[in-house]
Amino acid sequence: MAKAIDQALWPEGVERCSLTKFLLWLVVPALLMLWGLVAAGVVFWYGLGMTGLNNYFAFGLYITFDLAVIALGAGAFFTGLLRYILKIEALVPIVNLTVIVGFFCYSGAMLILTMELGQPLRSWFGFWHPNVHSMLTEVIFCISVYLSVLIIEYIPLVFEQKQLNKVPFLHHLAHNMHVVMPLFAGIGAFLSTFHQGSLGGMYGVMFARPFAYREGFFIWPWTFFLFVLSAVASGPCFTVLICTAIEKISGKRMVEYRVKSLMGKIAGTMLCIYLFFKFLDTWAWIDSILPAAGNSFDQMFNGLVYGKWLMFTELIVCGVIPAIMLVIPSVRKRESMLIIASLLNCVGVSLNRYIITVQALAVPVMPFDSWQVYVPAWTEWAPSFMVLAYGVIVISLSYRYLPVFPQERKLNYK
Amino acid sequence: MSVQREFHTKWGMVIDLDKCTGCGACMVACQVENNIAPTPDASDMTRVLTWMLVYKLENKQKFPNYDVAYLPRPCMQCENPSCVPVCPVVATTKDEEGGIVSQIYPRCIGCRYCMAACPYHVRYFNWFDPQWPAGMEKTLTPFSSTRPRGVVEKCHFCHHRFMAAKEKARATGGEPMKLAEDAYIPACVEACPTGALIFGNLKDPTHQVAKLSHSKNAKRLLERLGGKPQVYYMSKRQWVLDMLDNDLGDGSHGGVTGGGNHG
Repeated sequence: MAKAIDQALWPEGVERCSLTKFLLWLVVPALLMLWGLVAAGVVFWYGLGMTGLNNYFAFGLYITFDLAVIALGAGAFFTGLLRYILKIEALVPIVNLTVIVGFFCYSGAMLILTMELGQPLRSWFGFWHPNVHSMLTEVIFCISVYLSVLIIEYIPLVFEQKQLNKVPFLHHLAHNMHVVMPLFAGIGAFLSTFHQGSLGGMYGVMFARPFAYREGFFIWPWTFFLFVLSAVASGPCFTVLICTAIEKISGKRMVEYRVKSLMGKIAGTMLCIYLFFKFLDTWAWIDSILPAAGNSFDQMFNGLVYGKWLMFTELIVCGVIPAIMLVIPSVRKRESMLIIASLLNCVGVSLNRYIITVQALAVPVMPFDSWQVYVPAWTEWAPSFMVLAYGVIVISLSYRYLPVFPQERKLNYK
Repeated sequence: MSVQREFHTKWGMVIDLDKCTGCGACMVACQVENNIAPTPDASDMTRVLTWMLVYKLENKQKFPNYDVAYLPRPCMQCENPSCVPVCPVVATTKDEEGGIVSQIYPRCIGCRYCMAACPYHVRYFNWFDPQWPAGMEKTLTPFSSTRPRGVVEKCHFCHHRFMAAKEKARATGGEPMKLAEDAYIPACVEACPTGALIFGNLKDPTHQVAKLSHSKNAKRLLERLGGKPQVYYMSKRQWVLDMLDNDLGDGSHGGVTGGGNHG
């Protein structure tokens, strides 16, 4: 068998497909990236009027997608916290992947955020003219700085690439960065917790929007804590899904199953805790917030697009069911069940972000106002697919050239 | 927690819904006065810019009991605005002289969080670059800035008229912070043919609005939500007053939600 032209760049002792096959694999994501860039160009050139957003739906698919990928990327900070701060060594085989997933999720979200602003060139105003009362200021601060932390966490992995690591300076830099990584894991956990919370808090503080408004603890509405909990409940599952996808596509095992099972157990436990508070929150909302605003539960839903089925799907089908599946060891230890539960969990958190973003704005607040329907335009879909394609490219390149999975050799090459 | 700020002067409006005929003169006056560019597709009501918008209210009864009312809706200039604490860049704030909710266009980053937070839909986003048809640029007033694409804009009670009134008071030896009732009125109030819109200082007992706002027929829009608008609506028709707030109708609940500013 002819040697691949880029074999010298592969991690030590592993096999990869031919470069041609790899490049063919990247064609579809590259085209999706291109499509997304075209959409971005259209929006930047002609303005946000090219999207499906309007004066009713100031927030739509962009924000929903941002919130979803940021929640799914939470595996990075939470696994980092468990690995580096709480010293759960069993997570070592998968922690590199969580960093990469977190990196692509956050950098992808930042790509979309540039389009989300009507005046993207003024995005630095968040630092220059900060309103300390705004949850969004907290988001701008934490999300920017946390992306820097993720880059710092990602860099040592890049420097461990076989050829780069031969450079003494890069070798020592990577080593020393590893030594201080618990510090960055701690900073990352702090920043990420706060911005995950602030993203939820953004909606909870909108006291004139009964669908979204929540009471809370001190300055934080309950949605602040719910967003943190739901993110750490779904992030590990998303990492498991990505890991499994890599295994299926490459035909090799990357981590021992018990690592994935442990991730599932962590996610399941967090999901149970989240759901306990989510149900309490929903009850308080129905019984307290809504009547105080002169609204009933039924008034919060309308027709098919904004029907109650959304909420029940989120809480029961994509909440209670995966939570049960993940906490029962015998179920979790069957890979197909773990995958189904992880998928449901990830769909649930994405659905939650959609409901809290779009439905919150669709509900008419003035008694004489009417329901509006939001339909995303292609200029909103394309950048979302662009981020997914970007993720595929980042993960594919990382897997091919970086030592992502320390167990890969042991599990595949005797 | 931030503290709700009180101002010596509190400019407000009282709108008599029994006098409003829904003619739309206020809307037109507002558009002209504030250099609001014509929307390319004005049929898309979710994209047009209408700082002052007239809603049609119906009592949903059949003839001969059918009744209709028209509700002009400027910015409510809330005492406890939902839009101000959420803005990440302090582009919007309560004005220190009169309690008017301001909007700094060159500061706005276009995140639209304020639009999401406002239940009255008074905040409008510039979805496209504003364009005036050839020749129409001659109608632009020099007293109000035009806004670029990508920023949020809103009614500010024709703040430039407030500035002009204060300047005039200073020039004529008057007290700029104690303007007479008619020294400063927004364009919509001036244009209203039936006198349904009344404007003044809610804290000055000599101003008509101060008295009218305490009328038993006066009510604010969505009072339950806690925004405390500085715009009051008046009507002698109970169904009209009922339309101003959501009400479960069973009397078992009520009261203002917590409201309040984050931070």
